[in-house]
Amino acid sequence: MSEALRQTPLTALHKELGARMVGFAGYEMPVQFRDGVMKEHLHTRKAAGLFDVSHMGQVLIRHPQGYGGVATAMEALVPADLMGLGEKRQCYGMFTNEEGGIEDDLMLARRGDELILVVNAACKARDIAHMQAHLAGCEVVEITDRALLALQGPGAAAVLEPVARGCDIMKFMDNGLFSSDYGVLWVSRSGYTGEDGYEISVEAAQAEKLARRLLAHPDVAAVGLGARDSLRLEAGLCLYGQDIDATTSPVEAGLAWSIRRARRNDGARAGGFPGAARILEELAEGVARLRVGLRPEGRAPMRAGTMLFASEQSDTPIGSVTSGGYGPTLQAPIAMGYVAAAYSRDGLRLFGDLRGRRAPVRVSALPFIPANFKR
Amino acid sequence: MKFTEEHEWLREEDGMIVVGITEHASEQLGDIVFVELPEEGTTVARDDEIVVIESVKAASDIMAPLDGEIVEVNTTLADEPGKVNDDPMGDGWFFKMVASDPAQLEDHMDEAAYRKFIG
Repeated sequence: MSEALRQTPLTALHKELGARMVGFAGYEMPVQFRDGVMKEHLHTRKAAGLFDVSHMGQVLIRHPQGYGGVATAMEALVPADLMGLGEKRQCYGMFTNEEGGIEDDLMLARRGDELILVVNAACKARDIAHMQAHLAGCEVVEITDRALLALQGPGAAAVLEPVARGCDIMKFMDNGLFSSDYGVLWVSRSGYTGEDGYEISVEAAQAEKLARRLLAHPDVAAVGLGARDSLRLEAGLCLYGQDIDATTSPVEAGLAWSIRRARRNDGARAGGFPGAARILEELAEGVARLRVGLRPEGRAPMRAGTMLFASEQSDTPIGSVTSGGYGPTLQAPIAMGYVAAAYSRDGLRLFGDLRGRRAPVRVSALPFIPANFKR
Repeated sequence: MKFTEEHEWLREEDGMIVVGITEHASEQLGDIVFVELPEEGTTVARDDEIVVIESVKAASDIMAPLDGEIVEVNTTLADEPGKVNDDPMGDGWFFKMVASDPAQLEDHMDEAAYRKFIG
């Protein structure tokens, strides 16, 4: 890696807190703090974890005709129901390609006449170029002067309420602006852990002060990317580039729930997004492979790339693992992957190739742990 | 006590060599959740990959530090892999082997050299 890693407004704080820093999507990021992945993970499930996700892209979209213009333009790139998205509401979606694959997954929040997007760090330059080329009549503004923090866990609301008064009455996937001692915060009640919590966009110059304030609360611990990955895996959430990519369709990935009725066949605005032909056909006819949860029966984790077989003897793989590791909450190995649709039934026993040995693994419903959202 | 560049420690005990990983390695690996050990009686050659360690973060291999035979493995690690984090130089040992060429021990670092190696 010859190119210098970019820093976030919190890099100095991470180092002060004893983080082990790694390169991730071009940024120098904390993979873990002194407590280590296991404790950080369990602390987030029990109390609250603070994550720096400033490497992710924040993008604002405007149109001269207001929100209707933004929604109409964006619906041509994303199979979400953006016309139906309420004020101060947020939804999950993806940029699809002409083949029906996923170019990136993202959050889209409606705020007045604007949409605020949060996109993956590794994809943000490409996403912005894609929108600048294809979002008819829109202004696409990358927000580069704000950090993004995530405060996640059952204790998050009690911690953030004194800082951003009124945030405790938000519901899952609400967003809003909150004045605070740290400038105006853009807050959404969402996250990537399966827990209740918030994602908080803050002016870069105020980010460290806000982070210190949150960390001063006895329930809050700093959490790195390592636990972020194990938390999202337990929550059954996809990691772009690993569980979904330009070749996987939203239907194969089990993300069809994000394609609302209005965008489906016979809907008010059916299709009209890249790859709609394949995706709408898959919605109607089914798919040849599906993303599933996997629980190895033994103690050995099955990492990404592990080939899956229908029997101990078979030489023909029926799928493979795309994310795998250890679930600290479950105290057991867990994984996700794609299998041929005939082998996607919950409870079915498959075999993963572990260093030349066939190890039993069961297809399991996702998420592995129930979501703890404030609906 | 000798140390390898793969962060194993080797301790002579009753004519056998006890092998584990160092404190430094266990810290670097993070929380260990699974250890796969060779079978007792296995004949190994130096640099054979004979132990798989899985931490929350990643899998790593441990290689045989010497030619020889595995005579005992720490079966308690199957249920308590965390011992490798808690006591890597003691209860978290991996296996005991009999070296077929004990002179190979001298190829590895002493403690001072290992400290320098890990900086």
